[in-house]
Amino acid sequence: MAEHSHEKSSFITLAGHQAVAFLDYMGNMTIFLGEACRSLLFPPWFVRETVAQMYQLGVKSLGLVLMAAFALGMVLAMQGLKVLSWFGAANYVATLVAMSMVRELGPIIAGIMLAARGGAGIGAELGSMRVTSQIDALTVSAVNPIKYLVITRILACVLILPLLTVFANIVGILGGMLIGVTQAGMSTTSYYYLTLKYLQLKDVLPGIAKTMVFGLIIGTVSCYHGFNTEKGTFGVGQSTKTAVVVSVLFILVSDVFLTKLTILIWG
Amino acid sequence: MAAAPAPLIVYRGVGKKFDERVVLQDIELEVFPGETMAILGRSGSGKTVMTSMLVGLNIPDEGTITVGGKDLAQLQTDEEWRALRLKTGYLFQGSALYDSMSVGENVAFPMEQHTDWPREKIAARVREKLAAVGLQGAVELNPAELSGGMKRRAALARSLALDPEIIIYDEPTAGLDPIIGDEIGHLIRGLQTNLGVTSVVVTHDLRLTEQIADRLALLFEGRLVFVGAFQEFIRSPNQEARRFLHRNGGGDAPG
Repeated sequence: MAEHSHEKSSFITLAGHQAVAFLDYMGNMTIFLGEACRSLLFPPWFVRETVAQMYQLGVKSLGLVLMAAFALGMVLAMQGLKVLSWFGAANYVATLVAMSMVRELGPIIAGIMLAARGGAGIGAELGSMRVTSQIDALTVSAVNPIKYLVITRILACVLILPLLTVFANIVGILGGMLIGVTQAGMSTTSYYYLTLKYLQLKDVLPGIAKTMVFGLIIGTVSCYHGFNTEKGTFGVGQSTKTAVVVSVLFILVSDVFLTKLTILIWG
Repeated sequence: MAAAPAPLIVYRGVGKKFDERVVLQDIELEVFPGETMAILGRSGSGKTVMTSMLVGLNIPDEGTITVGGKDLAQLQTDEEWRALRLKTGYLFQGSALYDSMSVGENVAFPMEQHTDWPREKIAARVREKLAAVGLQGAVELNPAELSGGMKRRAALARSLALDPEIIIYDEPTAGLDPIIGDEIGHLIRGLQTNLGVTSVVVTHDLRLTEQIADRLALLFEGRLVFVGAFQEFIRSPNQEARRFLHRNGGGDAPG
C-alpha cells in the first residue's frame, strides 16, 4: 500500500516537473519572440535580407509543397470516390477535394513542408552560426543578431507560407481533378464547375489566414532552437531535429484552435 | 618630463562566475594606447571571458571595466554599445567568417552595415584590407575554400574594415603550424607598427608573445598572477610564471 502511494507521488512529482519545464520552455520562447518583435520597432530593418530569406524559404520549398499537395489531392479524391460512389454522388468528389484542400489540407501540408525544409534549414544554419561564433561575430560587429538573423526569418516564414498555401490549394485540386477525370469519368469542365459551385471566399480566406500563424510558429521555433544551440555539432543536429518536430507539433495543435475560431467567425 | 598617457582599457576588481564556478576574480589591469598586451594562461583559465567582456559578450559580476574612459556597465542601449563596438575589432579563435558570404563580402559587411559609402569605395577598401593581410586574390573565394591561416587573415581583414582603435585577438595562432603562426605574428606586429592600434592578444603561445607583446599578463585559476614585460616574465621568480614557462618549453620547472 505504502509502495503504491510512493509510486503515485513519484508520478505526480515527475508530471509536475515536466509541466514546469514545458512552461519554462514556452516562456523562454515567448520572451525570444517578444524580443524579436521589439527589435522591429527600430531601424535598421534588413529588408534585403528578409527578401533573400523569402526566396530561400519560399521559392526553394515550392517544388516540395506542390508535389506533396498534388499527391494529397489525388489520394483524397481516390478515398472520396470510394465513399461517394456508395451514395451515387461520385461527381461530388470535386467539391469534397476543393473544400478539404482549401479549408484544411492545403494550409496543413504547406505548413508541414515548410517546417520540414525551411525550419530544418533555419535550425541548422543558426545552430552552426552559434557554435562557430558567427552570431557573436555579428554582435561584436555592432549588428543585432536578433534583427539580422531572427526577425528576418520569422517575417519570411509569415509572409511566404500564405503564398505557398495558395499554390498548394490549386495543385491539390488539380491532383483531385486528375483522379476525377480518369477514374470517375468526369469531364474537366464538370469537375471545374463542381469545384467552384460550393466554394466561397469564406472557405478559402480563413485557411490562408491561419497559415500566417503557422509561419510565425515555424519561424519562431526554428530560430529559437538554432539561436540557442549548445554542445557543438551534436547540438546543431539536436536543434535541427527539435525545430522540425516542435514546429510540426505546434502547427497541428494550434490548428485545432484556429479551426474552431474560424468556424465560429465564418461558419 | 611628459606625463604618462591615460590607460585606454582598465579592469578594476573584475570578477565573473558561471553558476558556482569562479572564472575570474579580482582582475586589475591597465592597457595603454598603442600597446600590445598578451593575456597568457592555460586552457580554461578565463582568458577569453576576460577579453570578451570588452565587447559585451560577457558581463562582469563584480568590478568595473572602462574603455576610453567609458564604464561599460553604464552602456545600456544598442546605440551605446554600437559606438564602442565600432571602435573595436575582434578576431575569433575559429575565425567566425560568415559561411554564406564570400571573403570579400565578409570584409565588406561591416562597411555596408555602418557606413553610407558607395559600392566602389567599399570594394576598394575590401581590396585594401585584404592586401594588408596578404590575401589579395581571395575576394571571390568562399571561407570553406581557405586554409586555417588564410581564414585568420580574412577574419583579421574584416576586423580592420572600420579602422578600429582596439583589436582583440583570441588565440590567433591556435591550430596553425609554427611557420604560419610566425606569419600571423609578423602581421599583428606590422598592424601595430603601421596603424598604431591597441591590441589585446589572448594566447598560450610563448613564441607569439615574445614576438608581438609589449607586456603580458598571466592568468592562473581566474587571477592575474603576473603583469609585466616578456623579459621580466622569463626571469620572474613567480611560481606560476615558472610553471607556465616550463610547461610551454620556455624555462625550468620551479623548485
